[in-house]
Amino acid sequence: MTRTARDPGGAAVRLTALTKRYGSAPAAVDGIDLEIAAGEFMTLLGPSGSGKTTTLSMIAGFTRATSGSIEVDGYDVAGLPPYKRDLGVVFQHYALFPHMTAAQNIAFPLRQRKVGKAEIAARVAEALELVQLGAMGDRLPRQLSGGQQQRVALARAVVFNPRVLLMDEPLGALDKKLREQLQGEIARMHRELGITFVFVTHDQEEALALSDRIAVFNEGRIDQVGSARDLYERPATLFVARFLGESNVLTGKVTDPATIEGPGFRVALPRGASSAGSGTASVVIRPERLTVLPLSTPVPAGHNTLEGTVSGLTYLGAYSTVTVELDCGLRFTVREPAGASGEVTPGTPVRVAWPVEQGVLVSS
Amino acid sequence: MGENELRGGIGLRLLAALVGAVLVAPTLVVIPLSFTGRASFAFPPESWSLRWYENFFTDPGWRDALLTSLRIALLVAVVASALGTCAALALNNSGRFRGKGLVNGLLMAPMIVPQIVAAIGVYAVFLVWGLTGTTAGFVLAHTALAIPFVIVAVSAVLRGYDRRLEQAAASLGARPFTTFTRVTLPLILPGVLSGAVFAFVTSLDEVVVALYLQSPELHTLPVKMFSSVTVETDPTIAAASTLVLVVTTALILLPQLVRRSSKEAR
Repeated sequence: MTRTARDPGGAAVRLTALTKRYGSAPAAVDGIDLEIAAGEFMTLLGPSGSGKTTTLSMIAGFTRATSGSIEVDGYDVAGLPPYKRDLGVVFQHYALFPHMTAAQNIAFPLRQRKVGKAEIAARVAEALELVQLGAMGDRLPRQLSGGQQQRVALARAVVFNPRVLLMDEPLGALDKKLREQLQGEIARMHRELGITFVFVTHDQEEALALSDRIAVFNEGRIDQVGSARDLYERPATLFVARFLGESNVLTGKVTDPATIEGPGFRVALPRGASSAGSGTASVVIRPERLTVLPLSTPVPAGHNTLEGTVSGLTYLGAYSTVTVELDCGLRFTVREPAGASGEVTPGTPVRVAWPVEQGVLVSS
Repeated sequence: MGENELRGGIGLRLLAALVGAVLVAPTLVVIPLSFTGRASFAFPPESWSLRWYENFFTDPGWRDALLTSLRIALLVAVVASALGTCAALALNNSGRFRGKGLVNGLLMAPMIVPQIVAAIGVYAVFLVWGLTGTTAGFVLAHTALAIPFVIVAVSAVLRGYDRRLEQAAASLGARPFTTFTRVTLPLILPGVLSGAVFAFVTSLDEVVVALYLQSPELHTLPVKMFSSVTVETDPTIAAASTLVLVVTTALILLPQLVRRSSKEAR
């Protein structure tokens, strides 16, 4: 707890060909490779059943890997029981010991490590301060609110100075306001402790807000690993594009290296995208990259355009959402900054335009 | 809260009280009988005294039977609650093991198998093993009969127990044994204790198996009572019955009273 922010207190975690199979069902985790740098905040993001929680459980040691290795600081821990791994774990439903006070809960890992009484008292007090629960040490878990219980669980998971903290949807059981507040605290703890955080969530906003990097899980595999910006602006697969933020998607055949053609449309591809090869692919365009133009306006240079009719307009204060039924049969969502789409009304024939470079080619 | 609901509640209560009275009243007759002044079972008694209680505690035959029963019941409570708790933990574990259903059936069988059948089987085997007429023989036989009660009691608390607490303890560095003594056991203790009480009472009033395992030197209180009622007219048995009734009732009600008062204190 006395480490300073940039002290290299975290351990690197490397998963190699990690696999978990239950019986003859398709693998829950299907040979994933992932390198987590020391001190990094890595989020495992994906829908339920995508293998992210099973992966975390294998790192913690609660679930035995079918094959593959889990290295913490270069040592393979896959064969070790959880109590020998020395990793902090925070559970979705807190998992506080109900018969112990907050302070006794936090003292528990220290007592297992035969720390002296005086030092335990000092470190428990320090940990309670870290999570801003200084006066609550003698309360039982049931006398604390959900948010306070999760703070105690956080304090308990870091009080013994683990080099990696694993968190399994730690905010999943809390309401929105508390969730945001605790997000802030988790980010602060990550800065202050300087240890490696591995965070599991299905909430993309949470992942974007907290992580250094995000690994997107899809049916037991990792589709893409990257920073929030990478994933949002350069999604590698359609799944990633759809899972993170809203997307407008055009699926068709890459004909000549620079264009993609589908039923009722033919648009130019961004430069360098042709490396994805030919065949079926998709172009993803984020709603805020699109503009709605009246038919009378000339097409700006370097833009793709598709014609359609406005079918809906939602004013949301800072921005408006315009829904356009395209002539090719698809529906696009456009997010326009406040004031930009004053003249558009439902029923108006329009053009939807975006700079060619803002479209992202992904494999389907 | 309609009036009908309230009236229905009263009707139900009356019915329950009636059924309870029919079930319990014959048993309660032994209480006045135990205070009779004469050596007969005439009801209602014509005179009153405590002489049968005095006889119960001073007559070596009765006193030895009582002490034997208490010693065996105490041992059974300890052994059965330890073994039954282990069994309940294994049977309620989320993990499956081969033959789980079979093990469960075998452990619960003493509740279903007619006692006389079990008694004859136990007698035949214990005779060969030289366990008849020994404390060990009584404890073993009664433990088998008591284990289902412990399993039922411990399984009931395990349903409300979050097994993830064991994962949490392991992640914090606790070895499985420490996890059991510091986390699991304190949380399931109410179930273990009520299982122990049931085991104690099961052993204390078991008569069929005990009749077979008895020897002139070693027999339990129910055996002594059984022979007393069949061979002599001695109201000491009424005193013994009253004491057994009071002790077992108190043992079974006590945990519930403690639980209620601790709930009110909260």
